[in-house]
Amino acid sequence: MRKLLFESLFRRPFTERAPSPDDAALMELAAEVGQAARRRLGRSLSIREVDAGSCNGCELEIHALNNAYYDVERFGMRFVASPRHADVLLVTGPVTKNMREALERTYDAVPNPKWVVAVGDCARDGGCFAGSYAVVGGVSEVVPVDLHIPGCPPSPMAMLRGLLALLERADAGVTVP
Amino acid sequence: MPSLIDLMLEGRKIQQHHPWPRAVVDASVWKFAAGELAQGRWSLLGLWGEPTTVHMAIMDGDTAEIAIVSLDCPDRSYPSVGKHHPPALRLERTVKDLFGLSAEGLPDTRPWLDHNRWGVRFPLGDRIDALPTAAPYRFLSAQGDGLHQIAVGPVHAGIIEPGHFRFTASGETVVRLEQRLGYTHKGVEGLMTGASLERAVQLAGRVSGDSTVAYAYAFSKAAEAALELVVPDRAIWLRALLAELERLANHLGDIGAVCNDASFALMHAHCSVLRESVLRASNTAFGHRLMRNVIVPGGVTRDLNDEGREIIRAALDNIRRRFPALVELYDNTASLQDRTVDTGVLKPALAKQYAAGGYIGRASGRSFDARRTLAYPPYDRLRFDVPVLNEGDVNARVWIRVREVEQGLSLIGQILDRLPEGPLGTHAGHRREAREGIAIVEGFRGDVLVWLRLRDGRVERCHLRDPSWFQWPLLEAVIENNIVADFPLCNKSFNCSYSGHDL
Repeated sequence: MRKLLFESLFRRPFTERAPSPDDAALMELAAEVGQAARRRLGRSLSIREVDAGSCNGCELEIHALNNAYYDVERFGMRFVASPRHADVLLVTGPVTKNMREALERTYDAVPNPKWVVAVGDCARDGGCFAGSYAVVGGVSEVVPVDLHIPGCPPSPMAMLRGLLALLERADAGVTVP
Repeated sequence: MPSLIDLMLEGRKIQQHHPWPRAVVDASVWKFAAGELAQGRWSLLGLWGEPTTVHMAIMDGDTAEIAIVSLDCPDRSYPSVGKHHPPALRLERTVKDLFGLSAEGLPDTRPWLDHNRWGVRFPLGDRIDALPTAAPYRFLSAQGDGLHQIAVGPVHAGIIEPGHFRFTASGETVVRLEQRLGYTHKGVEGLMTGASLERAVQLAGRVSGDSTVAYAYAFSKAAEAALELVVPDRAIWLRALLAELERLANHLGDIGAVCNDASFALMHAHCSVLRESVLRASNTAFGHRLMRNVIVPGGVTRDLNDEGREIIRAALDNIRRRFPALVELYDNTASLQDRTVDTGVLKPALAKQYAAGGYIGRASGRSFDARRTLAYPPYDRLRFDVPVLNEGDVNARVWIRVREVEQGLSLIGQILDRLPEGPLGTHAGHRREAREGIAIVEGFRGDVLVWLRLRDGRVERCHLRDPSWFQWPLLEAVIENNIVADFPLCNKSFNCSYSGHDL
């Protein structure tokens, strides 16, 4: 273990290796998110993720936000275990009828001010699962949504961009339908 | 002792069913099959319904023969298999929930996927109105001094899928765990009915996000079996490439995540980087990080060009260079081994009884791997080992993944070296009459089974069975006598799918 840790001291971080257009955009984004989050939320944005019935694809990419390439925590964003600690509810999936109440109760447990970000095509309107006897539909059918990030699933980069957009709008005091 | 072939002769064989036979049998043959399953002579691969029929897929583990027996139930009931063979319990509860067909003698008649929130009962059978009020779900009891219950979920603390776990604990020790699933039930099989092949394969690829390739692969193989299509060689090899990339990415993620649940974040950080490298290579090569919408009935929609080939090779080289140091780190960290060794032991007898697939079965002495046992192309022409261990603990499930990462690197290399030239697909054509097909594909988690009936270019009925159906119940067994704090570790080492199970 010492060897690995020692190597890490001298190796450049993954986030700076082999810059490609994507990595460049990420660095640019890092600065912007940092400023907006600081103004509004004092250096922190706590996110509670709720899977309201997704296929797990969106969760995989949300996980990726925490890896060394995207390292979402350096922007002051972090995932928290309880909705009571959260500023943002990140909701995936078509909301299933079996999950509707759990989503409502999780939303109610988040203190104000709070924002809801719906992630993925299913979260907009049920996506390819719309019309099923077991599906309510999009997230906005159950809780008010401030922002939707499209994709099946959205890439980690798209999610970072989306969270930035949310911060800017929240900053301007505009409620987004 | 009769073979599966004899069993088929007892019934009326369905002509348009491929590649394995299906026969409609009477109740006595159905009961006989249930008895053989209970005796451990055969393995249950699946049990599913139609409005007035139940089907059961069975495998003879010794000969790798597979057959499907079907029983008509005009009076809406059939002899319970779960009464004799517990792996069928949840499947029979589900058949009741979705179709309203009752298993006579089923010891557990509580609903399973139906939480009385759909506004309708038996949505895939003869629908009736939902019950006016939802009866509370009765969890199984545990008796003893000083026992307490811990209710977890459906919304969990991490970024994971929803499900409910009800622990009964004595101090720190888990006395009983009972799962309650169904929260992510989306009615996929209902949406499948009447769908075109294009829409159906899209849905299949969204049953479980981490296995999108495996599901699209299994669905396509089943449709091709039904339509008797011959898939061109290049497509067959590209499919295996996609499947191995998916397996590699998931195993790398899992190895790190298991360690993370033992609070060993260093492994997680490094494994996540390797996983990301596979996803990025997949994105460049196939246009999507999870490789969605690439496999379709008849072939594949995207070719691999030189750039894609090179980027995959570069990712392989990178993993070959970095992974051994991580394996060494895992192996030499005593505090980590202290958590994983001897934790959550799955006994080989249980793995065999439940026909548990994937790393769960193979860490407990069950050598089944559809790529080897059923040897579907191109795996019949590839060199690879199927690692098997007998310890059955969290540690063994990590090591199976480690070995499968190594095998995966070799397999992907072989596929890239030998990828044949040629067309990417064949036209699915149009058949008016009913045709049925079944396929089993080895996903990263285990064997994914898809059975379907097509008629006039549309899906008449499609059943998709996730490997998790036969793994989730075993998690209840392995956690017994472990401490509550080790549950995340055991759970992650299983990594069952919620969405694939709930469907």
